[in-house]
Order: sequence, then C-alpha cells, then structure tokens
Amino acid sequence: MKQFLSFVRKEFYHIFRDVRTMMILLVMPVILIILFGFAITTEVTSVPFTVFDQSRDDVTEKITEQLNASEYFDLYDTAGSYEEIRLLFRKEKIKIAIIYPPQFASAYEPVIQILVDATDPNQATSLTQYATTIISSSPAIRVEATSLSRNPVLLPVTYLLYNPLMKGAYNFVPGVMGLILMLICALMTSVGIVREKETGTMEVLLVSPLKPIYIILAKGAPYLLLSMVNIASILLLSYYVLDVPIEGSVTLLFMLSIIYSIVSLSLGLLISTVADSQQSAMLISGMALMLPVMLLSDMLFPMESMPYILQLLSNIIPAKWYIMAVKDVMIKGLGTVAIMKELIILTVMAIVLIAISLKRFKIRLE
Amino acid sequence: MNNVSIQHINKQYGEVIALKDITIEIKPGELFGLIGPDGAGKTTLFRILTTLILADSGTATVCGLDVVQGMKEIRKRVGYMPGRFSMYQDLTVEENLNFFATVFNTTVEENYDLIKDIYVQIEPFKKRRAGKLSGGMKQKLALCCALIHKPDILFLDEPTTGVDPVSRVEFWDMLDKLKAQGITIMVSTPYMDEASRCDWIALMKDGQCLTINTPDQIRKSFDKKLYAVRSENMYQLLQGLRQYPGTYSCYTFGDSNHLALKKGWEDISKVKDYLKEKGYTDVTIEPIEATIEDCFMNLGKEDQ
Repeated sequence: MKQFLSFVRKEFYHIFRDVRTMMILLVMPVILIILFGFAITTEVTSVPFTVFDQSRDDVTEKITEQLNASEYFDLYDTAGSYEEIRLLFRKEKIKIAIIYPPQFASAYEPVIQILVDATDPNQATSLTQYATTIISSSPAIRVEATSLSRNPVLLPVTYLLYNPLMKGAYNFVPGVMGLILMLICALMTSVGIVREKETGTMEVLLVSPLKPIYIILAKGAPYLLLSMVNIASILLLSYYVLDVPIEGSVTLLFMLSIIYSIVSLSLGLLISTVADSQQSAMLISGMALMLPVMLLSDMLFPMESMPYILQLLSNIIPAKWYIMAVKDVMIKGLGTVAIMKELIILTVMAIVLIAISLKRFKIRLE
Repeated sequence: MNNVSIQHINKQYGEVIALKDITIEIKPGELFGLIGPDGAGKTTLFRILTTLILADSGTATVCGLDVVQGMKEIRKRVGYMPGRFSMYQDLTVEENLNFFATVFNTTVEENYDLIKDIYVQIEPFKKRRAGKLSGGMKQKLALCCALIHKPDILFLDEPTTGVDPVSRVEFWDMLDKLKAQGITIMVSTPYMDEASRCDWIALMKDGQCLTINTPDQIRKSFDKKLYAVRSENMYQLLQGLRQYPGTYSCYTFGDSNHLALKKGWEDISKVKDYLKEKGYTDVTIEPIEATIEDCFMNLGKEDQ
C-alpha cells in the first residue's frame, strides 16, 4: 500500500510540474465548454432573410413583421424578383428567403414558398423549421382564417420535451464530458506509461519488487481523480454559465463517469502496450479515440442519418453509451433503472479491456 | 549465494547476433568488469541477467536463482543501474531516492550507512531536480537508488560513460568500498583503462567473449614484443610501420603508435633502420608493457 501511495504521489509530481500537462488537464475542459457554448453553435439567431412579397397585403406584412421581430431572423432587405433573391443568396447576404404569391390574403389555399441555402444541410433544416413554426403560429394567419370563416386550418401543435428552447448546450455538454474523460484518461495514461518506457525508468521499475498491477493502478489513479475534478467543473460551468439544468442525481452522474473513466483508462493502458513513443501514443489516442468519439457518438452528427454500417460500428464506442446515459440522467432526470443497459455495457467493456491490457502488459522489455 | 553463473547464453535480434555462446562465472564478492566497445553485447547480457529479456538459448543463474523461473525473487535481490540515466528528471534528488526506497519496501534511513559515502556528495543538491544535475552527480544519484535496498548483486551498465575523468576515478573508488561490504558487482565499461580496477574482466567484442581472466593475467598473456613509436607526423608513421614486413599490428594509442612485432622479427634495430631508410626523422622507440587495450586489439585481430 505504501508503495502504491508513493507511486501515486510521484505521478502527481509529474503532472503538476509539467505546465503543458496541467494546461491540457485543467484548461482544456473550460475552453471546450466555452467554445461549444458560444462559438460553435448550431442554434439559429439573427439569421438574415429576405421577402419577395407579390401580394403586399396586411397578412403578408404581419407575417414578415413577425419573422423580423423574432430573435431568430433579421430582415436584410426586400426583394423584387426571383433574380434578386438569387443574387442575394450568391452574395451570401441572406440564408433564407420567404416568397408570398400574389393575392395571398384572399387565396383559397394560400401557399408560402421558402427558399433556403442548403450548403449546410443541418442548418437549412433547422432554419426551415424555425421559419415554418413562426409563420404557422402567426396570429395574422389565425385571424384571417377565422375572419374569412374558412374551414379551420389543421395546425399541429408541437411541444418540445426536455429542451423546450432547443438549446445546443443540452446536447454538447454530455458530449464534451465524454470527450474530456476519454482525452484525460486514455491519452494521459498511455502517454504516461510510454514516457516511462522511453526514458528508461520502466526498466528500473521492472527490476524491482513492484507488482505490475501496482504500476498500472498507480498510473491510472491520478487521472481518474483529475477527471472527476473536470466533471465537476464542466457541470458547474454548464449549470451556471450555459443554463443547462441537472435534472437527475449528481451522484449517479459521477458513478456513471467513474465507470466510463475506467473504460477510458484501460483503453489508454492498451494503447501504451502498443505504442513505443510518446508521439505514437498521442497519435493513436487522437486517431483511434478522439475521432470516433466526436463523429460516432451523436455529439456532432445525428447517428440516425448515418449509414447502417457506421451505426453498427458506433455500438463499440464507449462514449456513445456514456453520452446517451448522461443525457438521460442530466437532461431527462431519469434514474438508475433507465440507464441500466448503458451501465451494464460500460461495465462489461471495462472488465474486458482491463483483462486484455493486464494480459498484454509486458513484465519484460520485449 | 550472491554469485552469477552464465552458461552458453545466445541472443539474436533478427539477423544481428547480440550474444554468442557466452559463459561467465562470477564469484561472490567479486568486482567483475565487462569490457568492450559499443555494440559488444554488454547491455543485452545485463538485461538477460536482470530478467528484463529472455535469452534464445543457454541458462543463467543470479544469486543461485534461474533468470527465468526465479524472476520475481531476483528482482527483489539485485540492484540495477541501466546505461541510460533512468531517474525521474522532474523529481528532485531527495524525491527520487525516497521513491525508489519505497518501491523496494524500505526507507532511506534503514540503509543509510550503505549509501552515506555517496549520498553526502549529492546531499547539497538534494532539492535540485535530477534532470539539472551534472553527469557525475546523476551517476551518483542513480547508484544511490540502485543501492537503497541493500542488494546482494549490483549490475551497473556503463556507469562511467559520459562522466568526467575525475568523477570516473571517484566512482571506481566508491565501487571498491561497496565491494568491501561484500556486494558482488558486475560493471560494464567501454573504457579499457578502467579494466585494471576490476578483479576479473571479460573482454567482449561483437557478442563474443574474447577472454576472461584477471587484468594482470590478460596483460601477461600478450605474447609479442611491444614498442611505443613516436614521431612528428604520427599518421604517416602509422602507415609506414604498417607496411614494414615484420609488423604484426600497429595502432595509435594517444600520443604514440603501439607496434607489435611478428615472431622472428623481434630485432628492433631493423625497424629503426627501416624507418630511417623511409625518411622518418625524430623517431623515438621504447619497449612497453601491453595494456588491456593492446590485448583487446590483439585478441580481436586473432579472432578475425
């Protein structure tokens, strides 16, 4: 036990004496949260739009006003023809254009055309949704509909569950948690172990009574502890700065994070048995862990729209299960029972990975 | 039984033969030197003995324990100092020492008398990071760490490489003191002049043992007449001497050329005449005793 504690203390010396490591460990989560929170946002705000109003009646003007008044859209300019709209699109002055047909107000079945710049399909979809919601909920349409005593228009009423404001933060905070834990636990552990190999200290450690399992545990323990600190800081930041609520139990969140961290630690351990230099350890961690976490975990791109083969592949990515469970607990406020499946999958992954890496850990140099 | 016994050890890395049929016996309490240039296989042999790698064939015992079966026990009982400086550079002298003490289940205080002589020399720098120490200081720290658990056998892989001449002498003095305490020491060095500090030495070249004996015996076994030849233009002199038909071998050692003569050509006056004929001036020739390096070169030549 004394050996183990002394080893852990030594690991903390390494961490605290290397400015670069410290930066990665403590500043990175803050930067990621702020970056995702404010800079990289898929939310719709003040999107410039134009209208081509061929009707010019009360109703169309009211709808345009409604759009302009919302925080999502800003009227750039009105257009006089389709040609003009195309020009505005090409100059990238606008992202969306609303076109009213002539005699809109008096038409039996009035139709509004929406043109949208679909170079970014995700954004195009959400722009159309926002615009449609505003237009269809416009009192102008309802008033007109009743005053002309037409057949009442069938309007679906949508309630957004769990995230009524459709905030991106609800999606990426769990994502960033999955990313950070993977980064710290896997990358730092693998680099830490490979560094001992590179500097030759592993040689001395091996020729000592120290049990290999102690070396492994002592390498992982500090990072497990630090990742808990990071989870706490991410949760605090997202709660107080980004206004993301924590509906479920914080204890459960931490328990989940610990299991996921252990999975990441053993992945790092596995990498360290393959990599022979710190650079290659970093590269492997970056390519084999970071990319899949970003791409296949539902964090940036919705899994449902991916090819079936990639959806299958995503099942072996621990981050996917972790992020799903975090969303359930944090955003939906669900309990242990609801995330049992994810908990079991992550635990099995942890056990399998630890077994493999313990088996692969070399007690000799070659 | 703190002896080392190596029997017919072979080791190959792909096509490269690192060790070829090595057999060495080291008696308890002996200071044994492995002498040879880089690439001779010294480090490989150390790693096999410290259970870090496995030999392809042959057996070895350390403290009477087989290096394969007795791995765990051997790792408790030996001290190992690798060729590269293998302390934690970002930890201070004191932290390194304390860490390695706990790793070996002991404390600095417990075996302080063993490392005291060495430690007092680095104690003024105990708050300094190991990476910021000078070469000699680094080696002293590494030696302290290898000694902290009072090992039965000490394996030192090139402890004096990259260390200044004064520190090297100091280092060997320390090894003498440790030997006096009954610790068996196996040390490797590429410096031939350090061979005389050992009880027994093995001269190694290209994975083979050229000879194993005491330094004195090895020097005495040099069976040719040897002369130190000096002149103003040493390089041309070397070329000239090598062309002389009676020359067995001629190598430059520091400020002189060491000339070994073939059997039946021992008459040195003929060499003088030959050099005069060739136009060399200011040539001084004196008979000398063979050094370990002469023996090494000689044995290496015979081997080929």
